[in-house]
Amino acid sequence: MAQAAQEFEKVLSSSDTSVAAFDEHKSAVKRIQHFLHSTPAAVPLIVLVLAIIIFGMTIGGRFFSSYTLTLILQQIAIVGILGAAQTLVILTAGIDLSIGVIMVISAVIMGNCAVSYGMPSVLAVAIGLAAGAACGLLNGVLVAYMKLPPFIVTLGTWNIVMATNFIYSANETIRDTDVNTQAPLLHLFALSFKVGTAVLTLGVIATVVLVLILWYVLNHTAWGRHVYAVGDDQEAAKLSGIQTKKVLMTVYTLAGLIAAFAAWVSIGRNGSISPSAAVTDYNLQAITATVIGGISLFGGRGSILGTLFGAMIVGVVSMGLNMLGADPQWKVLLTGVLIIGAVAIDQWIRKVSA
Amino acid sequence: MTQEPILTARGLVKRYGRVTALDNADFDLYPGEILAVIGDNGAGKSSLIKAISGAAVPDEGEIRLEGKPVAFKSPMEAREAGIETVYQNLALSPALSIADNMFLGREIRKPGLLGEWLRMLDRPAMEKRARDKLTELGLMTIQNISQAVETLSGGQRQGVAVARAAAFGSKMVIMDEPTAALGVKESRRVLELILDVKKRGLPIVLISHNMPHVFEVADRIHIHRLGRRLCVIDPKQYTMSDAVAFMTGAKLPPEAALAA
Repeated sequence: MAQAAQEFEKVLSSSDTSVAAFDEHKSAVKRIQHFLHSTPAAVPLIVLVLAIIIFGMTIGGRFFSSYTLTLILQQIAIVGILGAAQTLVILTAGIDLSIGVIMVISAVIMGNCAVSYGMPSVLAVAIGLAAGAACGLLNGVLVAYMKLPPFIVTLGTWNIVMATNFIYSANETIRDTDVNTQAPLLHLFALSFKVGTAVLTLGVIATVVLVLILWYVLNHTAWGRHVYAVGDDQEAAKLSGIQTKKVLMTVYTLAGLIAAFAAWVSIGRNGSISPSAAVTDYNLQAITATVIGGISLFGGRGSILGTLFGAMIVGVVSMGLNMLGADPQWKVLLTGVLIIGAVAIDQWIRKVSA
Repeated sequence: MTQEPILTARGLVKRYGRVTALDNADFDLYPGEILAVIGDNGAGKSSLIKAISGAAVPDEGEIRLEGKPVAFKSPMEAREAGIETVYQNLALSPALSIADNMFLGREIRKPGLLGEWLRMLDRPAMEKRARDKLTELGLMTIQNISQAVETLSGGQRQGVAVARAAAFGSKMVIMDEPTAALGVKESRRVLELILDVKKRGLPIVLISHNMPHVFEVADRIHIHRLGRRLCVIDPKQYTMSDAVAFMTGAKLPPEAALAA
């Protein structure tokens, strides 16, 4: 083949022909690094298990009870769903700051349609979901077609949606009993099952199922692979023939739709519908779960299962500290430590290729 | 040449503001040949290649693929017509696997309900075809088809990009500086790969600044200067210094070459 080789290349024939020989005696640390690189959800899972063990040993059987553990799941359901939506956006190297307020306005719209306007509950839910998707679509169009930075776009829509929410609702809370009598469908996700002392709500099950569906879509469909490719290297994805604008737009729209789904679950959990929930930092909690779950803020890396583990870590830590009677600020402090630790580990794992 | 060209371009003009990147440029590619395109920086090589590969739409001029006029508005349209491009930055997604990268944008779905309704990818089929293609091109030093592209060396990545182009290109393959970032040994592998692709009957357009590489593999050399085709020379009849002299304007090309 190489008959016409250049003069200086003649020595190549005598060069070392052993190709791609891998050093079998890699240090343990290197092997761990490789394992974590190929299994991005492993770190949060390990941290989660460690957290459960540590709190279990200090608190004792009270913490290990299935009642406590399932209570944690109930507490993280909403942040888990929002985190799943946030994961989609962060995988494309974007960020969605508006996700929390999209959830609140969707909840308010669902409640108003069903209770104040007396629409059938199914229609009210559909309108609420559509409203969330529409907010996401607005983000998507601004990011994909106007080519504005996602941080700026969603910072803007965060404020716009929050103000719209207060203006539209006149900050009036819809009472629990009104929802219960007129639109019990909105409380669907509060349904609970008792298995021994474990209490599972439909909301918890919905969270887990949603994450599993998204995991399938991200890993086993072309669209999912495109989401990763766009976040990894948008220019390369475009040259490979991926319609990057379409992918970005569907990601933001889907994130809005999932936020509206979180709204439905949150109505079940809270009972009443309060527009003033818009000031809660849901979006930051979702980003925290995502980051602790090992999703890289630079895009293209991480597993959505990690996000669920990330949300659970926060839930376990706050419940554990609560039961220990610690100052609630310790939870905030520990969350900060976890965020920085997660990003530091992400940077270390990325170096595997270097 | 008595053969009909696969692709011809006549009178291509492309302006970027007040800069004229292509000034009535012509281009011909014949079946089964390796055509090298050389030229100084700013001569308009990239603009010419972009016009052919669909990455840029020329302001004027006509491109014909197998005699039929074509007007690509995006790289996707050129790809659908059978023109594959290996870009200088390779256009690979580092975090995705080799198989996923080869099929990026044209994935295979599972047959039946799984593919139709759940849109499930047919990983085994994609991995098999990727492995076959890599083996065919002598690239099986890669052990694991599902390993991430970022764990490969520069030459192996180039190999994956070339294999992707060869697997899907039905009419022609364009390669932009395929050896620019590679070492001596890896450059050799890529040149062998280019000759391998040619053996399979696919014509190749090779853009390169590396004169030894160009003179080794090219059948004809298209010299681009000041936004247009200056001449086409036979590498067996001219030396590298002649080519450099034509390309920089130090020497005027012979009449015979101008007519080509």
